[in-house]
Amino acid sequence: MDLKLDHHSKDGIEIVDVEGEIDVYTAPRLRELLIELVNSRFYQLVVNMEKVEFLDSTGLGVLVGGLKRVRAHDGSLDLVCTQERILKIFRITGLTKVFGIHDTVDEAIAARRAEK
Amino acid sequence: MSQAITEQDAEMATVELSFTALPAHVRTARLVATAVARRSGVDESLLDEVRLAVGEACSRAVEGHQLYCPAEPVRLALTEAAGRFEVEVTDTCAPAGRWPGGPARAEGDSAAGGRAEGDRARGPSDSGTAGSSVADPRIGAGLGIAVIEGLADDVEIRETADGTSIRMSWPLAEAAR
Repeated sequence: MDLKLDHHSKDGIEIVDVEGEIDVYTAPRLRELLIELVNSRFYQLVVNMEKVEFLDSTGLGVLVGGLKRVRAHDGSLDLVCTQERILKIFRITGLTKVFGIHDTVDEAIAARRAEK
Repeated sequence: MSQAITEQDAEMATVELSFTALPAHVRTARLVATAVARRSGVDESLLDEVRLAVGEACSRAVEGHQLYCPAEPVRLALTEAAGRFEVEVTDTCAPAGRWPGGPARAEGDSAAGGRAEGDRARGPSDSGTAGSSVADPRIGAGLGIAVIEGLADDVEIRETADGTSIRMSWPLAEAAR
């Protein structure tokens, strides 16, 4: 399955919905979207990965790059993911300590609000 | 005579795949590897690991080929032998170690490492623009090897005359042996 991307605002936070496979072929599209959002001054992002079927290290690289970009503007990039097969790659690479990973979009928003 | 045939059979890859070094083909390589692993008898619970590790190895090879030898194909060999499912991804990014994350770089090949650093420094992540087929290669290259080593039951990364070979294997389920 290819990669489907969409985004919308919720409670002042931009939610990025990702569906499909994030790999060396499709990751550049996600990177473009994250760059586009940051350039449009969206610095509070939640990437919803509940429908992601595959994620590799190039996808991780794009997410880390997005995090770096929003942090340059005192922003945030949180993830929503409950799939064990996806969470496993975050654990292997130690990135569970870098990203806020939540069970639902609402939980990610609430966590972000609590930190403000 | 029969002994010779047996040895030959044992060394013969079950499936060999050679593909142009394009990111789009990495998915095909993952699908083929997963299908052959399943057919060979790798336990269902390990198939996600096979899929991800093969994808990482192929992505790494494709990135290297795109930098150094875009006309050369990447080779994937899938073999079932001695109760294990073995995958070998071979690149031809010679000289060995030139590509980031390769063994020679880890051993301190400063000249090769410098070249790789230079290439990666021109990546899209630094320019802030999009368009390259390789996503944030500075991060992906190192992480890819880390992911492979974290996933595969057994990993061997070695230099060849032409580039690098990553060999990984997983056990076959008892019923398949």
